[in-house]
Amino acid sequence: MADWAGYLGLMLDGALVTAKLTVLGCALALPAAFLAGLGRLSRHSTVRALSVAYIEFFRGTSIFVQLFWAYFVLPLIGVTLTPLQAGVLALGLNVGAYGAEVVRAAVQSIGREQHEACIALNLTRWQSLRHVLLPQAAVVMVPTFCNNAIELLKATSVVSLISLSDLTFQAQVVRSQTGSTALPFLTVLVIYFAYASLISAGMKALERRMTRGLDGLRT
Amino acid sequence: MEWDWEFVREIMPMLLDGLRITLLATLLGSILAAAAGLGFALLRRSKNRAVTRITGFVVEFIRGTPLLVQLYFLFYVLPELGLLLSPLTAGVVGLGLHYATYTSEVFRAGIDNTPRGQWEAAKACNLTPYQTWRHVILPQAIPPMIPALANYFVAMFKETPLLSAITVIELMSEARGVANSNYRYLEPMTMVGVLFLCISLIAVPALHLLERRFRPPR
Amino acid sequence: MTDTIIDIDRVTKRYGSHTVLQDLCFSVRPGEKLALIGPSGSGKTTILRTLMTLETIESGTIRIDGEPLFQMERNGSLVPADEAHLHRMRTKIGMVFQLFNLFPHKCVLDNVTLAPMLTKGVRKADAERRAMELLDLVGLADKARAMPAQLSGGQKQRVAIARALALQPRIMLFDEVTSALDPELVEEVLSVMRMLGSTTDMTMLLVTHEMSFAHDFADRVLFFDRGRIVEEGPPDVLFTNPTHERTQAFLKKIIAAGQRI
Repeated sequence: MADWAGYLGLMLDGALVTAKLTVLGCALALPAAFLAGLGRLSRHSTVRALSVAYIEFFRGTSIFVQLFWAYFVLPLIGVTLTPLQAGVLALGLNVGAYGAEVVRAAVQSIGREQHEACIALNLTRWQSLRHVLLPQAAVVMVPTFCNNAIELLKATSVVSLISLSDLTFQAQVVRSQTGSTALPFLTVLVIYFAYASLISAGMKALERRMTRGLDGLRT
Repeated sequence: MEWDWEFVREIMPMLLDGLRITLLATLLGSILAAAAGLGFALLRRSKNRAVTRITGFVVEFIRGTPLLVQLYFLFYVLPELGLLLSPLTAGVVGLGLHYATYTSEVFRAGIDNTPRGQWEAAKACNLTPYQTWRHVILPQAIPPMIPALANYFVAMFKETPLLSAITVIELMSEARGVANSNYRYLEPMTMVGVLFLCISLIAVPALHLLERRFRPPR
Repeated sequence: MTDTIIDIDRVTKRYGSHTVLQDLCFSVRPGEKLALIGPSGSGKTTILRTLMTLETIESGTIRIDGEPLFQMERNGSLVPADEAHLHRMRTKIGMVFQLFNLFPHKCVLDNVTLAPMLTKGVRKADAERRAMELLDLVGLADKARAMPAQLSGGQKQRVAIARALALQPRIMLFDEVTSALDPELVEEVLSVMRMLGSTTDMTMLLVTHEMSFAHDFADRVLFFDRGRIVEEGPPDVLFTNPTHERTQAFLKKIIAAGQRI
């Protein structure tokens, strides 16, 4: 019988790396999404063009191509990244591009009458966005952001291909050392699913908090 | 490192070979995703609560876990159970099942959007449940779903490089192969990106076309 | 020019090939209560929206207090207004919308205090004290902490009026403010407007389909049709003795629909 405790330890190490990648990736994706999403709605054509280029490039090419490019090609132009850095960069910018479209759509979903009320109250564009449009749009964004975060979590598994010892990588290690296949893969599938359920539950709670009062049910 | 056009010319035939497999896997995967997605959607509407619950959990589980691990599972575990799949078959099954969990949502929404009057009319015409689905519900429900389905097929296309991890010789593994044997990553990786971007950029107007073509009448 | 607060001179506005306002001219005295009536699509709402800078115009001049709304002076010549100029001009004008346009994510009190705090730098405590006075004025002091979704249409519209008043505009624009309300809620909004009309010297422009209210409230009535003013006059004259046949036809239809004038 192999050293199961040791292998379990490996898996937990991997789970930690996966969690770290997911959190850091989201931490990069969120500001990227807001910058590019609002940039697409800017009055300045240069800002709009830059945002569109970013969004279309990262949505158009595959996350795997972006990761390999960040890891293998960036060093050639003098930017050497650790596998973790390359992973966070590719994941964050990729999911940020999808998030940007969520931000844009959510802001655009706020009715014209809210914009007009802001003008009538003499708010500046920034004040309207900050105090009136974004707080309402945020409620619309949360469910889709939840899906985006889960997509990011799932995409972290790719970093195992650039030899970062995440959950998927450790499953492969255990498989090659023990010859057991079903157990390591099932274990990591369950851990990924637990993470995804955690993200889901957190976002649901956030959504409940944010929608309180909007439907007139608050007492 | 300088960009080398000569090298690009040299490797393009291999990359295009890989692209052919990539597109084949996308096509087969899409067909499976559409069929299995419809299956999931129908099972989730079953009257048997156990069936709906189990289907619901399976769909959630597949969608909440990485495709890469699912591919490993198919590739390494199934042979132990006596089911030997070729890498490409395992890849297509993995892609198809994974994306079926997305398409099943599209089917579910589409079916739910069919007006209740249609079900009642079918009943009034004395159609069997099978006839109702086959001749009344699905013909109305499917066309409006096509753009959303196509969207997922494009997303699937972008995930095909994962198949390289289970030794399918598609675009990404061709590129990694030539990169490793020539110690040049710049051109192969960039060309893979360019090829993906080209096909995605072709897909965007194609999707818009589909959206216009199948927009439900108002 | 001191007896004119709004001066509209040959204003034309088009949507594509459709002309909404055509060579429109009229002026308003400070403190005047003006009712704009006419069939829908006649341009009366557009003129309010244009005064609020929600619409632009193709030609003509609008002056508020003698100052062009959409142009500003620079180096001795008139150039298109920039955001700062529009911002300054808008401080003179408030607007109440047909569909209230309250901010659904903010409670009643925050709806009223938001703009004074942001645009005038009023301190929170002062803004809230002033807001409570205004809410008291419109009879909603007890709803200060309620969310807009919890209010009836009439209550929402009264909050919207308080919100506009909080910026202390000299001109108030009321755009069909009772059209979206259930009939039994109309009166509570009209009585707030009546009270504003009799206790303040604000200039008030209202677009309305409530003819009897326009009759009692307005100093002057403008009848619009197809982007032009067809007839104007004091309500007693215009409502009881219209000279133009289109005015007569319009009022006949209104009476046929069961409204009292």
